[in-house]
Amino acid sequence: MTTTRSVRAHDRWRRALVALIAGVFSGALLFGLANPAAADTKSPETFPFAVQGNVRVAGDPVEGATVVVTGGEYTGEAKTAANGSWRVPVPTKDVPYTVELVKDSLPSGVAAPEGFAFTQEVTFGPTSNVTRNFTLGAAERTTTSFLDQFLSRAVNGLNFGLMLALAAIGASLVFGTTGLSNFAHGEMVTFGALAALFFSVAVNIPIWVAIPLAVVASALFGYGMDAGLWRPLRRKGIGTVQLMIVSIGLSLALRYIFQMFVGGGTVNLPGRATANIPGLGPISLSVTDVVSMAVSVVVIIAFAFWLMRTRIGRATRAVSDNPSLAAASGIDVDAVVRIVWVMAAALAGLSGVLWAYFRPGIKWDMGTSILLLVFAAITLGGLGTAFGALVGSIIVGLLVEVSTLWIPSDLKYVGALVVLIVILLFRPQGLLGRRERIG
Amino acid sequence: MDFLQILNNTAAQILSPVTLGFVLAAIGLSVHFGFAGLLNMGVAGFMAIGAYGFAISTLTFGLPWPVAALVGLVGAVLFSIVMGIPTLRLRGDYLAIVTIAAAEVVRLLFLTATFRETTGSADGLVGFQADFRASNLLPPGRYGFGPWTYQSDQWWVIIIGIITIAIVVTLVWLLMRSPWGRVIRGIREDEDAVRSLGKNVFAFKMQALIVGGVIIAAGGIVNALGTNVNPNVYVTSQTFYVWTALLLGGAATIFGPVLGAVLFWVVRAFLSNLLPALSKIGVLPFLTSEQSQMLVFVLVGVALMVLVIFRPQGILGSKKELTFVR
Repeated sequence: MTTTRSVRAHDRWRRALVALIAGVFSGALLFGLANPAAADTKSPETFPFAVQGNVRVAGDPVEGATVVVTGGEYTGEAKTAANGSWRVPVPTKDVPYTVELVKDSLPSGVAAPEGFAFTQEVTFGPTSNVTRNFTLGAAERTTTSFLDQFLSRAVNGLNFGLMLALAAIGASLVFGTTGLSNFAHGEMVTFGALAALFFSVAVNIPIWVAIPLAVVASALFGYGMDAGLWRPLRRKGIGTVQLMIVSIGLSLALRYIFQMFVGGGTVNLPGRATANIPGLGPISLSVTDVVSMAVSVVVIIAFAFWLMRTRIGRATRAVSDNPSLAAASGIDVDAVVRIVWVMAAALAGLSGVLWAYFRPGIKWDMGTSILLLVFAAITLGGLGTAFGALVGSIIVGLLVEVSTLWIPSDLKYVGALVVLIVILLFRPQGLLGRRERIG
Repeated sequence: MDFLQILNNTAAQILSPVTLGFVLAAIGLSVHFGFAGLLNMGVAGFMAIGAYGFAISTLTFGLPWPVAALVGLVGAVLFSIVMGIPTLRLRGDYLAIVTIAAAEVVRLLFLTATFRETTGSADGLVGFQADFRASNLLPPGRYGFGPWTYQSDQWWVIIIGIITIAIVVTLVWLLMRSPWGRVIRGIREDEDAVRSLGKNVFAFKMQALIVGGVIIAAGGIVNALGTNVNPNVYVTSQTFYVWTALLLGGAATIFGPVLGAVLFWVVRAFLSNLLPALSKIGVLPFLTSEQSQMLVFVLVGVALMVLVIFRPQGILGSKKELTFVR
């Protein structure tokens, strides 16, 4: 299925990751064993009970707010983490507690609606934890104007769209040159993020070296897939529908192999928490966001140059247009397709790394969850056209983020998918596609 | 390692409502893909519409269960029409992408917290089987044979499921040897040839999409009757499992989907019982028992690839009846 090189790479991967996982587990085990032994001391970390919860505003977590828990003789406080969660250990569960969200501790731009209950009463049930959530609801809207919100979401959407474009351009080129709707493209995205995680955490290489390495590893992965699977299948003369279903099988297999390595949880890449850049008004952009957008733009421009100006780029477009004619005019179609796979995998890998920062975090099925958005983007732009994919991605990215102004954020992908269906109704060749492609 | 227990669990899987629902879904997909050549990648969406249509009409509107089941099936008809209109005129892989997107839209709509009152959001829906159980004609108690020992209510689901499968198999068999079935197969082989005979290809494709969709939704209902309704079941992976089952048995055959779906679940149940047991006694030293569960899904993916490459006609299919024409 893969070349010996990537098989060996996989082996090393697995050993290192197993060691990593084992390390994490044994650490957790030690911690778990140490905990009851230390329970006699009165430090709050060792209290057996806890009050916990989330502070959220319109579905988004609130970071850095203070929550105070008072009950009996005891008072404890906690700050909410990046995901909005807080936890205050308490010594006993026999007394009622008062939970207060400290109003002044809310970050600027977050305010509570009229009549919001900042204190809640809580008594313990049979379990050792109780949960009290503070949902500030539509508080954000009372403080930020519509235009400000729109701007902030639009910038976020642009960032997401550029990142999506990296993945979509590759998928579109693969479709153009081979006719394959590659359902395993999402796994190529995840692979990039996992490779970055592997190089930065397991091998302990600085992140700015680890990311280029991850892109190189992704490129090798693409080469391996083409050499080990897709080229033999092309030789065998297997039809595009069959190839598509093969890619579905590959996607399933790869996804669960990834889960074997990283488990079902979310893992963060180093260097995620950077400060927001001040002076942008309503737009909150961290240094990571800006770097991510800059990288996307530079890579997309470089790619466009490659596609339009170099010999190989021209050959790629020729193959995309008409493989038989390209072969007749002396272009080595197989070599072009090989290069397209390598490029597509490298771009998808980079997009995976950037997405791991945007989401944030790496998850085994992260690639699958944007696969349909990638498809939506390339269909919207026009199947098989690289620049259509770019335009489509940016539209989809903006749509996904900006639509949260009107629809709940857990439905934000629905808008993009509905657009995909609607565009097929009115302009099936996409925005930049030509009519003959729809066959 | 208790090998007998493993075999017992595996055998019990054959009659589980999940398997029966899966058989129906695979038959519906065989109408779509095997006979009409439609690349429906939204199987999970059809199942979800059947299951939620049934559960919501029972819980929210208090309809009796046969009416509720009808609501689920009508939902599938509407879903087919909505999806078919933009895509059936286009090339096959467009239908694939649109159906997979539509199925995701359906799942997200059932998952969102906005409609929690009706759909139960991420928790899904439970406790809608009361009316169905009230119609149970079997004596109460627990009976059966060997691994197939169930409560009376469970038997009722199984019996209704098997009757549905029998009716559907007969129906599909009759349909496919009728003139309608021949036109449908003709469209699969060569759409333009059928069009030149004066047939309305779009209408025939739409009818095939509706017939298959209703059968898949019936599968969703049987599945829901046995357990509960949870949005996490109707993910795209579920669609791919139904595809694997269908291609395993043989896409363009009557009994292929039945055999494929039962085999799929039996092998899956066997492996997900066997592999953790093996890793526990140290035969698979590099895997934890959790990882060995994932190995099952890796093997499903590999099986799908190998099937499509080396035996696209499946176990029961014949090479003459090409299903992958485009």
